[in-house]
Amino acid sequence: MTQTAGIAQSIDQIFVLGMQWLLSYVPPAAQPLVSAVVFVIAIIIVFPALFAITTWLERKGLGRIQNRFGPNRVGPWGLFQPIADAVKSLTKEDIVPIQADHVVHFLAPILLVTAAFLAYAVLPVGRNMVLADLDAGVLFFFAIGSTMELAVFMAGWSSRSKYSLLGAMRAIAQMISYEVPMVLASVVVIMQAGSLSTMTIVDRQAGYTGIWPHWFVFTPWGIVGFVLFMIAATAESNRSPFDLPEGESEIIAGYYIEYSGFKFALFFLGEYLGMFATSGMAITLFLGGWSAPFSFLTWIPSYIWFFIKLVALICGFIWIRGTLPRLRMDQLMNLAWEFILPMALINMLVAGVWHFLPTWPLRWLVCSAIVAIPCILLGIGLKHKKKFQVRTYRYAE
Amino acid sequence: MVGDGILKGLAETARNFLGSYVSKDRLITVQYPEERIPQIEAARSFPFLVYDGPDWQAGMRCVACQICEKECPPKCILIKKSADKKPDAVGKLQAYPAVFDIDISVCMSCQICVEVCPFDAIKMDVDYDLGTDDRFAGLLLDKQRLSKSNEYYHQIHPTEAAAVDAALAEERAKVKAAADARAAAAPKVVAAPPQPQPAGGEPK
Amino acid sequence: MTVSFLVLAVITVAGTAAAMGLRNAVHCVLALTVGFVGIAALYLQLDAQFVGLTQIMVYVGAVAILAVFAIMMTHSPTPAPLPAYSSFWLAGSVVAAAVFAVLAWAISSSPAYTRIAPSQPDLTTQKIGEALMHRYVLPLEIMGLLLTAALIGAVVIAMDRREETT
Repeated sequence: MTQTAGIAQSIDQIFVLGMQWLLSYVPPAAQPLVSAVVFVIAIIIVFPALFAITTWLERKGLGRIQNRFGPNRVGPWGLFQPIADAVKSLTKEDIVPIQADHVVHFLAPILLVTAAFLAYAVLPVGRNMVLADLDAGVLFFFAIGSTMELAVFMAGWSSRSKYSLLGAMRAIAQMISYEVPMVLASVVVIMQAGSLSTMTIVDRQAGYTGIWPHWFVFTPWGIVGFVLFMIAATAESNRSPFDLPEGESEIIAGYYIEYSGFKFALFFLGEYLGMFATSGMAITLFLGGWSAPFSFLTWIPSYIWFFIKLVALICGFIWIRGTLPRLRMDQLMNLAWEFILPMALINMLVAGVWHFLPTWPLRWLVCSAIVAIPCILLGIGLKHKKKFQVRTYRYAE
Repeated sequence: MVGDGILKGLAETARNFLGSYVSKDRLITVQYPEERIPQIEAARSFPFLVYDGPDWQAGMRCVACQICEKECPPKCILIKKSADKKPDAVGKLQAYPAVFDIDISVCMSCQICVEVCPFDAIKMDVDYDLGTDDRFAGLLLDKQRLSKSNEYYHQIHPTEAAAVDAALAEERAKVKAAADARAAAAPKVVAAPPQPQPAGGEPK
Repeated sequence: MTVSFLVLAVITVAGTAAAMGLRNAVHCVLALTVGFVGIAALYLQLDAQFVGLTQIMVYVGAVAILAVFAIMMTHSPTPAPLPAYSSFWLAGSVVAAAVFAVLAWAISSSPAYTRIAPSQPDLTTQKIGEALMHRYVLPLEIMGLLLTAALIGAVVIAMDRREETT
């Protein structure tokens, strides 16, 4: 029994042990640098590989949802399609408009991808496996997320094109509007965990009562916070149904319309990496990070659980993309400021009430009531506001 | 309930996704080139010349009357009549095209050449799988590339080909009957009292 | 004077100097953003995590975006062909050098320069939060009121003035 537990633990810690073995060959002065470099290399290998798998999954999944096959020519079930896409994007001609601001045009995708990669530094992908155990890890994550907007602006501005400028304005407005609810939705977790460090937040969720986990998503404020966080995350990474800034049928490609070849692929990569990073943060904050859902499943390694949850969230993203129509800009903004933000504030109130009430069943009932009633009232109220009117045209009469 | 539309939509797409693995007829994709949608019989792509029998030069039905060349709206047909004659599809001696070129980059598949041909010599092909690497010479089809057999014509347009064959058989029967009648009328002239024949003789 | 401090100081000074010297307004804002990031890195180097990351979040993520939005809304596609240096550059640099000399002398002759730094308190985010909620709660609330006033003012300015009742 203990032997299997020992084996399970070493498989769980295999990367940590491997790193320690590698560092034993390095002089102690250079050890922090080498360990950081190795971890960074691992991140740079793993997450773009996940990006490749996600493009395949998305195309096949969306295809099946839309009653068609996805790509199925390039390999068995089209599995080598990402390789074909990579070759295509690497060999395409890199066209830069003459009027464009060449330096800024070149730096924009680099900044986007850099910011997207930086955000992975605080995600605990397994037990004891986090690149930088910052004391203010969650704050680091949101700070880096806010630098992505600057990259979007740089891309849209430097292309010197009306479409890209419009797309950039819309994209930045959308990203800023949804950043506030995202931060507020995560504040409830910080309130409960009492720390900004991601390792601490996951450790707080790693316990079990019976077989049930202590994940924050299994609380009233947790469920609401998770839903709000995921809506805001979908909007932050410009994903359907919030992909108006880059809608292929609307504004052609929005702020990266003048990019071709590898830079376009970098934008694509940066967007998907942002999606993975926010999903990873949602997993860390609400879904218990690397901890198993039931206490009898803890023999499966922690990093496997993290990636299972990440793939599940990605499939959720793809499902939503295949289902919902695109939101118009004003509908998007209304949703952010009139529904998501008040719900996030109410959720914070609920988290505070939860902290002070005695346990089951009183606090469940009270908190669920405080959360459900405004949600329903707000939803009904906002739906009634939309009266269908006769459309008038300003210049036609 | 707030959000029930979204949940219904999610259920619908989930049903589509899972159903596509269970029942193959949910997937309406035709996996070209392994599967193809069958074409209707009246489909058309570009013209071709029909020939009867095994030899494409001897059995070509076209007599170079040049009606299709004149009627073609974008003037994509070029015909040069031959100097000598050969028997056509019904047995009469007619000229034949020495050069018959169709430029299919110009041809608009209007089928007017087929409609005006009195000899059922030019018909519409249905092959859309065409490809070449030469924009000019590769798309200029000459007499040999345009000639396809009557069996092929039967394959692609069965009812039309059957009707054409019936009409041609009738014509052939008529021509043969006329030739036999002429041949039968000729011995009556021979039975007349022998006269010194001129060197030219009667044509047989 | 560690190597990391020198590198970050060079980056910060270069960024802010470029922000003053470049012609294109957008380039100036981006160079200023580099300066902001340099300052944030200096904060992080001093182990002030909360301040450093908030510097990035507020300055790079909000102030720089505000500046570029302003430029985007009022932009002229070609930069004005003004020289980057004014015609008074000699007098200006003399005045700047004089002010810098006075400041440097004042700082270097103050007792704070030679004093041994006291032991730093363990400055975690939790301590900052506790200080904000216990000792500095009144300034916090006043800042909140100020921000609310600014927000309401912005909404009022941007609001669609509809005289007819709908």
